[in-house]
Amino acid sequence: MSKRFAYNAPAVLVFVGVLGLWELAVRAFGIQQFLLPPPSSIAGAFVEHFDELVTVGRNTLTEAVGGLLIGGVAALVVAFAIARWATASRALLPFAIAANSVPIIAFAPIMNNWFGILSPLSKMMVVAVLVFFPIMINTLRGLTLVDQGSLELMRSYAATELAIFTKVRLPNALPYIFTAFKVSATLSLIGAIVAEYFGGSRSALGQFIITEAAFFRFANAWAAIVVASVVSIAFFLIILAIERVAIPWHSSARIADSS
Amino acid sequence: MSDSVVRVRGVDKVFGTGTDKTPALQHIDLEIPKGAFVSLIGPSGCGKSTLLRLIGDLTQPSVGAIDVNGKTAHRARLDRDYGMVFQAPVLFDWRTVQGNVELPLEVSAKDKAVRAARARAMLALVELTGFERRYPWQLSGGMQQRVAIARALSFEPAILLMDEPFGALDEMTRERLNLELLRIWKQTGTTIVFVTHSIPEAVFLSTHVAVMSARPGRILEVIPVDLPQPRNDLTREDERYFGFIKRVRERLRGRDVARPGAAEVAAS
Repeated sequence: MSKRFAYNAPAVLVFVGVLGLWELAVRAFGIQQFLLPPPSSIAGAFVEHFDELVTVGRNTLTEAVGGLLIGGVAALVVAFAIARWATASRALLPFAIAANSVPIIAFAPIMNNWFGILSPLSKMMVVAVLVFFPIMINTLRGLTLVDQGSLELMRSYAATELAIFTKVRLPNALPYIFTAFKVSATLSLIGAIVAEYFGGSRSALGQFIITEAAFFRFANAWAAIVVASVVSIAFFLIILAIERVAIPWHSSARIADSS
Repeated sequence: MSDSVVRVRGVDKVFGTGTDKTPALQHIDLEIPKGAFVSLIGPSGCGKSTLLRLIGDLTQPSVGAIDVNGKTAHRARLDRDYGMVFQAPVLFDWRTVQGNVELPLEVSAKDKAVRAARARAMLALVELTGFERRYPWQLSGGMQQRVAIARALSFEPAILLMDEPFGALDEMTRERLNLELLRIWKQTGTTIVFVTHSIPEAVFLSTHVAVMSARPGRILEVIPVDLPQPRNDLTREDERYFGFIKRVRERLRGRDVARPGAAEVAAS
């Protein structure tokens, strides 16, 4: 307990120090509320609007998780197909690479039009398209960047393609897949909030921030940003926890254990 | 010879096509009797690993034929006649030691109890009892290579093909594993084809040393090594042992002008 405290103490100290400086600077230089509210006002707004913030945070998280699942599953299926069939690779890969260069977020108004501006599905689809490419490419990399020796070994056992896939390629790809999902967790929340900026239900982080900012209630907007950050970090940590359980053999878990 | 396990006849191997052709092996004839321990030795680029891979059907000859147990090499691979050990242990990080040894048995759909029992027996053979539940990265390089040997032997292959298996290990570990390999060879009666670039290692282990030359790869001579069995640390001090080392070394340098090309391994 005390060891753990000692380990985390520097980070906590920095956090508290920055908040303190922020508070002092705002007061000392008389910075206007609409430019930068002090942490105390943000904390006040957080307490005052706690119930509403929880609701909008949950709604946005639902969109992010839904979008990540839709985009993630699609990406896995496409990556498996591309890894399995060379023809699929030639047919799909150029489009996937081209699609990655498209600023997906520009599609948000179109998605609103297709799936309903008030429906969470329109935000989920933006997120899905946003996370598709990183997950697909990482999975593909994990499935194909397999040690040649492992493949020769399997060939020497006269292993079937299916056995090579389930016993070599898939386990080899798991760390890549988890890395992609961790990156995409953050990405999905960005996607959901930005998509909300383009219009949608009032009960979501993006719309909440826009509305509060429009009415110069910046402390409220900042409180919502804090919620967005907390939700994003929590989402990341949940995927990290799943990773630790699913692939305990991986080197990322080993380093954590030895420290 | 009727008791040959491997019979290589008139094999050429050319890599590449058109103007980019590189002959890797030329006019290879080799017979390996059942239960023999044959080392392939030669300078880098002599095609010794290629010859091993040809025997294991991991690559195919450009000309000629390879029979294994009276079948084609391809058929033999499909019948799972080969155990392979490479220079790198090639263990799967996501499997325990036991899981790695069971891998070939899983591929050949043996049932679970059989797999577990075989894996335990093989791990006992390489003296790794007690390490079943460890992961490969928790073991030293020498131990990892012993796991690879246990895995290669787990399905009782007729032939063990080893491509510089101890090449990445330190001298002490290598000498210890040499002794263990000989013990395992005696215990299992498996025919072993062993690629190495160490002359003392080849002489110490083998019943026959096939000396190869580079560009194009050929077998210069197959030298029978009739040092007494079983071999042990005393063998390394035997005068005849040094005699064989000298002979292999001189053959590699090309001082001996005895009949090139023809290479018949006599039954030991």
